[in-house]
Amino acid sequence: MSNNAGSSERYIKLYRENIEKVSRLSSPYINSFREPAISEFKKLGLPTKVNETYRYTNLDTFFNHDYRSYFMPEESDFVKAEAFRCDVTDLDAHGIVLLNGFYPTIRDKLRELPGGIWIGSLNEAAKKFGDKIEKHYGKYVNGNSDGLVHLNTAMASDGVFVYVPEGAVLKKPVQIVNLVDSGEDIFNQHRNLMIVEKNAEMTIIICDHTLSPQKFLTNAVTEIYVGENANFNIVRVQNEHNNAAKITHTFIHQEQNSTASSNNITLHGGLVRNSTHHFLGGEGAETRSYGLFLADKRQHVDNFVNVDHAFPHCTSNQLFKGVLDDMATGAFIGRIHVHQDAQGTMAYQQNNNILLTDDVKMDTKPQLEIYADDVKCSHGATVGQLDDNALFYLQSRGISKREARLMLMFGFAHEVIQNINVEALRERLDNLVMQRLRGELSRCASCMVKCM
Amino acid sequence: MLSIKNLKAAIDGKIILKGISLEVKVGEIHALMGPNGSGKSTLAAILAGREFVKVLEGTVTYNGKNLLEMTAEDRSREGIFLGFQYPIEIPGVSMVNFMKTAVNEHRKYKGLEPLSASDFLKLMREKKELVEIDSKLANRSVNEGFSGGEKKKNEIFQMAMLEPKLAILDETDSGLDIDALRIVANGVNRLKRPDTSIIVITHYQRLLDYIVPDVVHVLYDGRIVKTAGKELALKLEEKGYDWIKREE
Repeated sequence: MSNNAGSSERYIKLYRENIEKVSRLSSPYINSFREPAISEFKKLGLPTKVNETYRYTNLDTFFNHDYRSYFMPEESDFVKAEAFRCDVTDLDAHGIVLLNGFYPTIRDKLRELPGGIWIGSLNEAAKKFGDKIEKHYGKYVNGNSDGLVHLNTAMASDGVFVYVPEGAVLKKPVQIVNLVDSGEDIFNQHRNLMIVEKNAEMTIIICDHTLSPQKFLTNAVTEIYVGENANFNIVRVQNEHNNAAKITHTFIHQEQNSTASSNNITLHGGLVRNSTHHFLGGEGAETRSYGLFLADKRQHVDNFVNVDHAFPHCTSNQLFKGVLDDMATGAFIGRIHVHQDAQGTMAYQQNNNILLTDDVKMDTKPQLEIYADDVKCSHGATVGQLDDNALFYLQSRGISKREARLMLMFGFAHEVIQNINVEALRERLDNLVMQRLRGELSRCASCMVKCM
Repeated sequence: MLSIKNLKAAIDGKIILKGISLEVKVGEIHALMGPNGSGKSTLAAILAGREFVKVLEGTVTYNGKNLLEMTAEDRSREGIFLGFQYPIEIPGVSMVNFMKTAVNEHRKYKGLEPLSASDFLKLMREKKELVEIDSKLANRSVNEGFSGGEKKKNEIFQMAMLEPKLAILDETDSGLDIDALRIVANGVNRLKRPDTSIIVITHYQRLLDYIVPDVVHVLYDGRIVKTAGKELALKLEEKGYDWIKREE
């Protein structure tokens, strides 16, 4: 406990010392959230195992560490990010690069895409889309009891802004590449805001990468508004090194008859913690929350999903899978909250895990809170080994045991991958998963270059 | 081709096979019949290399080699094929990927280059027609959501792809309607060559109307209690197994 209070202090001090610098780049509206957020953080502190949703994840080793935090991007960062952007221009996606949480592009800090869609830096967007930001910023994280969300609100410097106006349909996905690259250990926080208005459609791909071997800690928050009858998909591909911690908080707020999907694919990372919050805020909304992780060595991957059924006749579907090797640990907590008025709710949850050694550990916990009567809910979890019968079936056709095991693990993973709506990405991910299972995948700056 | 001598085997300490001897020569079709629990499937499992069956005594020689020392995958590469009584569903693994991997592992074993994608697809197409299997099945995950009949057809399809020297078909007829039975049996007959052998495990005569055996064995309580020509199957159909039990 005392350790942790000490860590909280460290971040409050960081805030006090740098808040002036941080605020200089942001709009007054965004800045108005900072002081209340740091007070809230002070009250809540860094999450510990006492917090129900962090029960299986120990943040100490990453938070009790002296990082360099910088609040202004440097000249060299601009050059690096520009170079990277050139690399990704071949992709059949609209690419954005964030370096250490900043949007270090000199030109095109905000770009218009076909259909009146805008993507770019959140700070830059605050100048042009002040009204949109005032309508949505900070609304969907409201009331969250996770200290880290408030720490982000207090100090995040920049991030990605996406605006899809009513009825606009973006055929190509937008791909955000989050790079962490520094000669020093760094802590970075960024904040994304995505607004998808009524009848609009878009797909976002977020790729998390580390380019240098230093110790990194990232705490990112993404707020997403999905308007009436709109369709939104987000795919997150995480591929960071063993000395990096990635903590993401994604809030998806849906209006009536909208559909949304989230897919968290964790291929590599030292400590990964994804919390995905789905708020079904209108009748007939449908949401899907998927996840897959492959962990080995001493990696730890924790997925927390929270689905709020606040209105009648909504549907939600959760499918999370994990493959754990060596001494890896993992956790899944899936919460379904059906409010009293949410009659006709259908909510499903499934969590399946494969343990490849005796030294791995997986905690899985469903949490169902149902206050309505007319509800269809199901949940199930499995933790086990590869199926011997299936293994033998493959071997009996001449496939070696090693290859048969790989095929079964691949098949297990593919059941999550197959839900991704971008075909090129699906194929790419299948390949990456296969490489990962074969132990051939390390870092993948190159992965992004050939991503699509 | 296959020579089994005094084979005794147990599962979880329970003795199932109590001394089986069987000779299958090149080109022959043998039918293995017998009541439930007599040890038919256990014998098939031993031949295919399942590890949960423990061999206590006896030898199995296949083309001059000690079969019991070979891994399951090597047995397959050497030309042994087991048609499963209950084919396994493998979600997420496509039939195409499964068969491509299997065929290429067989080729590698023989020192051949892997098939090109187009040659492989051509091979798949040919063999699919042979067993009248729906093209769509090939794009699905292995056996997932297949009907009982589709699963059995899929076994014969795999047999067609791998062209075994010795096929062991474990109750391939169970759960098949008469049309599916005919298709499966025709597939097996079309795959039969003078230099290949088949062991058909079945309860019923009706499969043997299509796949005509040279020799019929009756297995009872872990032993072969009767060996004769194809007429034995007809007699069993008519009289059941009781008269054999009584002779015991």
